Amino acid sequence: MVRELSVALGKLKLKNPVMTASGTFGYGEEYAQFVDLNALGAVVVKGISLKPMEGNPSPRICETSCGMLNAIGLQNIGVKKFLKEKLPYLRQFDTKIVVNVFGSTVQEYLRLSKMLDDAGVDGIELNVSCPNVKKGGIAFGTDRKVLARLVSTVKKAVKNAVVITKLSPNVPSIPEFSRTVEEAGSDVISLINTLPGMAIDIETRKPKLANVTGGLSGPAIKPVAVRMVWEAARSVAVPVIGIGGIVKTEDAIEFMLAGASAIQVGTGNFINPRATVEIAQGIATYLEKNGINDIKDLIGKLHVF
Amino acid sequence: MNSYFRAKVLSNTPLNANTFLLILQPVEQVREPVPGQFYMIETGSSYDPLLKRPFSYLRRTPEGIQFLYSIRGKGTRLMRDFQPGKNVQAIGPLGNGYPKAGTRNTPVLIAGGTGVASIFSLAAQLPSKAYILYGARCNEDLILLNEVKELEHRDIVCIDCTDDGSCGMKGTVIDALNELIATDFSRIPSPLLYACGPRPMLESLSQIAREKELKGYVSLEEHMACGFGACLGCTVSTVKGNKRVCKEGPVFPIREIVW
Repeated sequence: MVRELSVALGKLKLKNPVMTASGTFGYGEEYAQFVDLNALGAVVVKGISLKPMEGNPSPRICETSCGMLNAIGLQNIGVKKFLKEKLPYLRQFDTKIVVNVFGSTVQEYLRLSKMLDDAGVDGIELNVSCPNVKKGGIAFGTDRKVLARLVSTVKKAVKNAVVITKLSPNVPSIPEFSRTVEEAGSDVISLINTLPGMAIDIETRKPKLANVTGGLSGPAIKPVAVRMVWEAARSVAVPVIGIGGIVKTEDAIEFMLAGASAIQVGTGNFINPRATVEIAQGIATYLEKNGINDIKDLIGKLHVF
Repeated sequence: MNSYFRAKVLSNTPLNANTFLLILQPVEQVREPVPGQFYMIETGSSYDPLLKRPFSYLRRTPEGIQFLYSIRGKGTRLMRDFQPGKNVQAIGPLGNGYPKAGTRNTPVLIAGGTGVASIFSLAAQLPSKAYILYGARCNEDLILLNEVKELEHRDIVCIDCTDDGSCGMKGTVIDALNELIATDFSRIPSPLLYACGPRPMLESLSQIAREKELKGYVSLEEHMACGFGACLGCTVSTVKGNKRVCKEGPVFPIREIVW
């Protein structure tokens, strides 16, 4: 019996619910030696800005209990180089291409989104939640008015690509912010981005990151993420993508039961570069074992007491 | 050929109070490393520690891949308890490795502490006359001294030193290099430096290289999450912008690094 693994993110149909989380999968090619990119629902590439960015000074990462902090600072090659050098490479594969974008003004988000939409990418993920840069990113994600204006401006200008808004966990109410972006026209909501954190070396009394603070990711944040995905999914009608500490199949299933239509693997890729394909296979095995014919019968099927 | 592979611990032997020799035997087809490359090794199966740890390989023999590691933190403390037969996941070989010296060059290898693993992988493959400067804090920390001394049979001049003078010359490898420069250096045809060791050592070396207009390469160490170019966690400032230690490195032209 062939199990149905495809899911829909608005008009974007994925062959399976496994995506990669932005910033953990490079531009795809870094993983080609480990995984068949054709086996993924979608590749979400490292966040792109209009101009290339050098990012933050080192040290940029440090390990914490069951997780890691990062303050990369959105280092990237810029949209022009991405379109010229990276996109053609990704196009060879039978997978959907989602580009994570960020800017320091609404206009920058708009220009970027238009360029990528014209280039034919399948999805645009608005990064309004990066904790590691002063301008842009999280500044847009924590003010509902600004966020609504950003999402509606981009949505109006984008013709073909699906618009995904990546929410910050650093907001007072996930349901309210989810409804805000839905009303502003976002086709999909993805969450969560990293949680702001900090670690200190007690011998040198220095912060472990040059940026002092960074974003916490990995299994340590999974329970927080599952809760937020559950809150988002029951507050809106648009599909939700679950992100946060997904390392193995069971984690992915948990997010889908909480209401995620698809999931993104982030830090898990660093621990096991084959995590994405193993999870995709694992989900198929789980359906088989539980006699579920269509993965859509799993989404949001949490039994609450 | 798999870059992400399963291996069995063949042996895990203490060489001194803090340093171990680990031999991993891949149980699947793997790619062969070149000197200066490294591997990411899993230290435990739980989520704490979460990330693999990067180690230069020391030697590749038919039986396995050899690594030197010092106990520094949570990950290496777990590695200390690796028993023969244990399965571990590893990724590699990773990074660029040392560029080959020209036929007219005389390689001058400089190893500080456990940086000797990376330097030894290169020394073992040198075809002709070379120098190797090997330093550590004390006698017990010159863990590969015998192996390095054996290279003398192959026309490789070995100069060893310790900070406390308990073995060889008293002083650091930088002192040893300065001494070499003050004495024999003018007779060495086209010296080409290859160095691996603690960051302050490499920084001093780059200063000497700049002053004396010497060419060469340094192998850098940096915290890294993935080891294969995706996380951008291990970047180093260079005169050509940020570069990834794991991908464009770990070996860089010595005068390219902005310290």
